[in-house]
Amino acid sequence: MSILKNKRNKALPEISTASLPDIVFMLLFFFMVATVIRENVLMVENEMPMANQIEKLDKSDLVMYIYAGKPSSRYRSRVGDQARIQLNDKFADVGDIKAFVMAERASRTETMIPFLTTALRIDKFANMGLVGDIKNELREVNALKINYNTRIDNNPD
Amino acid sequence: MTRRLVPRVNAGSMADIAFLLLIFFLVSTTIETDYGIGKQLPPIEDVQTDIVIKEKNLLEVRLNQNNEISVDGVKMNISKLKEVVVAFLDNGGGSGNESCEYCRGKHDAISSDNPGRAVISLANSRETNYATYIAVQNELTAAYTKLRNREAKRMYGVSYSEMKSNLQKTRNRDQILELNEKIKAIRSLYPERISEIMPVDSY
Repeated sequence: MSILKNKRNKALPEISTASLPDIVFMLLFFFMVATVIRENVLMVENEMPMANQIEKLDKSDLVMYIYAGKPSSRYRSRVGDQARIQLNDKFADVGDIKAFVMAERASRTETMIPFLTTALRIDKFANMGLVGDIKNELREVNALKINYNTRIDNNPD
Repeated sequence: MTRRLVPRVNAGSMADIAFLLLIFFLVSTTIETDYGIGKQLPPIEDVQTDIVIKEKNLLEVRLNQNNEISVDGVKMNISKLKEVVVAFLDNGGGSGNESCEYCRGKHDAISSDNPGRAVISLANSRETNYATYIAVQNELTAAYTKLRNREAKRMYGVSYSEMKSNLQKTRNRDQILELNEKIKAIRSLYPERISEIMPVDSY
């Protein structure tokens, strides 16, 4: 009997969309929490080499970034196509690294300075001359803790 | 008495607003964290002291401008490098004070005395590709990790890599101290002694 009754009642009840915002908000909050908005706009090509013997850089406030690589195509007409260093949002020379490290140190508290790590985000096509120069500058300002940023190579061994 | 109906606010557009925000955060999200090979640079010393290292305790790894690897003058493929480095570090050829009880190498008299004495000298040309350099650094680190893992397994039943990842996970103070102590002990068995030479133009 009940089946027959239902058949007679043609109009289906409208599906309530009231809970849709809740679902979307839930997703929204997840992404808001998980988001790390990029601090620097990359001006150099930055495809990092692969490695598997890696460790995680945990505290992002204890890391300063040095980018290096060939300038991106839209800057190439202005700065040429030789590999360059990028500090913050500007192209820089090797000599600017010291000032950069000093500025980074000044923006942090005294107790944090010994734990400050320099992350070298260097393009895999860069040559070691440039990397060697960067390392030498870092040694001169006593910023000895470095990390060669790499991508994760999941191949075992 | 007439019932006054409060007009209901239409919540239909709420979803649109939330979607807009959601898409913004979706686009700007980079969930990936930074990973890399951690290294410590040597400090610059004012007084240059000559340290004499015996020939047999030194493994010379060279990278030339054509990205070719040579170890002690012999050209080598990157896939062999780890094996050679492990054999060199784990040789334990010394005797008496210099002997190494935990080494499981060949105890060859012409290779390194013990891991504490063994030094890897890494040199590269200015023209060497960065990717090659990282690949070599990766292999060298892998060799140390392999040996450290073995010793950690023997001494504590947990591998060195596991201890390190546990250290990053745990929040317990006592556990952190304990793990740090163990990691330090393992490191002292196979101390990482890689000496880097300033890049030269070519070989």
